[in-house]
Amino acid sequence: MTSVAQTPHSHGAVVPKASRAEQFASFDVEAFETPGGREEIWRFTPMRRLRGLHDGSAPATGELTVEVDGPDVTVETVGRDDDRLGAAGTPGDRVAAQAYSSFTTATVLTVPQEVRAGVTTVTLTGPGEGKVAYAHLQVRAERFAEAVVVLDHRGSGTVADNVEILVGDGAKLTVVSVHDWADDAVQVSAHHAKLGRDATLRHHLVSLGGDLVRVSPTAVFAAPGGDAELNGLYFADAGQHIELRTFADHAQPNCKSNVTYKGALQGDGARTVWIGDVLIRAAAEGTETFELNRNLVLTEGARADSVPNLEIETGEIAGAGHASATGRFDDEQLFYLQARGIPEGVARRLVVRGFFHELLMKIGVPEIRERLEAAIEAELEAVGA
Amino acid sequence: MSTLEIKGLHVSVATDETSKEILSGVDLTIRAGETHAIMGPNGSGKSTLSYAIAGHPKYEVTSGEVTLDGEDVLAMSVDERARAGLFLAMQYPVEVPGVSMSNFLRTAATAVRGEAPKLRHWVKEVKEAMAELDIDPAFAERSVNEGFSGGEKKRHEILQLALLQPKIAILDETDSGLDVDALRVVSEGINRVKAGGEVGIMLITHYTRILRHITPDFVHVFAGGRIVESGGSELADQLEEHGYVRFTGKQEPAAIG
Ligand SMILES: Nc1ncnc2c1ncn2[C@@H]1O[C@H](COP(=O)(O)OP(=O)(O)OP(=O)(O)O)[C@@H](O)[C@H]1O
Ligand SMILES: [Mg+2]
Repeated sequence: MTSVAQTPHSHGAVVPKASRAEQFASFDVEAFETPGGREEIWRFTPMRRLRGLHDGSAPATGELTVEVDGPDVTVETVGRDDDRLGAAGTPGDRVAAQAYSSFTTATVLTVPQEVRAGVTTVTLTGPGEGKVAYAHLQVRAERFAEAVVVLDHRGSGTVADNVEILVGDGAKLTVVSVHDWADDAVQVSAHHAKLGRDATLRHHLVSLGGDLVRVSPTAVFAAPGGDAELNGLYFADAGQHIELRTFADHAQPNCKSNVTYKGALQGDGARTVWIGDVLIRAAAEGTETFELNRNLVLTEGARADSVPNLEIETGEIAGAGHASATGRFDDEQLFYLQARGIPEGVARRLVVRGFFHELLMKIGVPEIRERLEAAIEAELEAVGA
Repeated sequence: MSTLEIKGLHVSVATDETSKEILSGVDLTIRAGETHAIMGPNGSGKSTLSYAIAGHPKYEVTSGEVTLDGEDVLAMSVDERARAGLFLAMQYPVEVPGVSMSNFLRTAATAVRGEAPKLRHWVKEVKEAMAELDIDPAFAERSVNEGFSGGEKKRHEILQLALLQPKIAILDETDSGLDVDALRVVSEGINRVKAGGEVGIMLITHYTRILRHITPDFVHVFAGGRIVESGGSELADQLEEHGYVRFTGKQEPAAIG
């Protein structure tokens, strides 16, 4: 049986049970209770598959290898005492706090002021099968810098990490985070983005591989005029759990956020979760925000959950909305293509490629786009769709 | 020379619990070079007939047969039917987001012709076919039917007809939603395909106005899920004057082209 979570277009705001404004945050893992799985922020996550990341039973036994390839950026490996760390945000769940409490060295990547950097690729390789690693990365785009940073996650093992993304005043930063893990990998990651005055962030998350991948990208605005786009593309196959939790936190006037997440699922036990929190605090007048989630369920036995939460504490906003829908493969589209002679398998691939097309085009890096197109193609071929 | 033969075709549509019979015994033979107009009131089953021939999964053939040059069409998948030479221009063409018209056309031509057309020839061929139908070349880069007006969708259906060159073409209300100029352009497109003399056409329409551009060899009145009367083009004129009331027993305004 295909289980389909249907959340049709909804016009009013969906107010979550507990306000996102009150969510607890701390750098100290001990400040959090060990989650059992019933908590609002953990209820979709299969806790047993976290391999102890959440309950302190998974000491570090390896490292996440970080290699940076980019001509115009500076890269530093720093100790826990570096006082720049933690500037972008505070861990909001126990695993993020565990990662923050456990890393030994952090990588700080800086795009200097007013520099227009080419594409920087950061390759993050897992600790290896059966091993556990905690990591910390900070990406800083200084005032008026422009850069594209690709975070390319690969390999095996169990990883918990925090990524800080600081976008300085007037800076334009694109982050493409590709999670193309080996089948065994488990990753729980939090991305904390903080935008300065008139800063622009384009954050693209692509989740393909791994056994369990849970990423929580947050964008907060430190000054007015910020513009954050959070895009996500994910493809889960049999047995995979992909959970993506976006949060746009508006506490400053005249900022924009736009969240677009699209997923495809196929195979028995393929599971995806998208939680889209948006909070427009009282001070955030003139906010413009929209979020959209679409899921394409390609086969029986897959399940997608989609939960948009929009909280608005001021009446003076420019616009806010959300849309979410999960559907099976569109038989009419398939029929139309087949009626033009196109064999079913080819037609299916065309439709799925079309479904992701807009998001792929937004990723302004052709090499990455091509690689992702090929990866999606491979996912589809794997089950002979 | 090809022949499509429909014999005693009964078709039901599967709704949630029950299944409802829509076609109750359709007999029709269409040969290459012939144009058959099918006219009938709303809901009489014209689209159902076209979908059943094309193999839409919602419509179940409960009895009867459909053959193309003796081959059992009903045993073929949807794409096999198209590759065998059947073409359906749909009443409501489907939007396929993210798939460009040019990619779609090339993929379809590759499938139907059995090999990818040579790129240089292909580009020229598409360009000319689009120009003949007054289609702006910019449409090639747009997603299939997405955001197209009703008339633009219909022009693109005929563009596909021209490029895929089927043996039998079923045109389901290609004339609806077209203004006078568009109707002329689209009709000329159909007539160019027809002029080769190698395609058989089933022209489903509600109105007679398209028949002033495309002369049918036969006119069939469709009512209650089957053909109730057949004749020449004079039958269309009668329908124009008196409507379908004689066939349905209901009062219906005359079809004004
Ligand atoms: N998928 C479906 N589900 C339920 N009923 C259907 C379906 N398709 C067709 N029908 C019903 O079958 C009957 C015939 O429909 P069909 O679309 O074939 O008529 P038509 O002659 O093409 O009408 P029109 O002139 O309006 O295009 C109608 O009563 C219609 O409601
Ligand atoms: Mg119809």
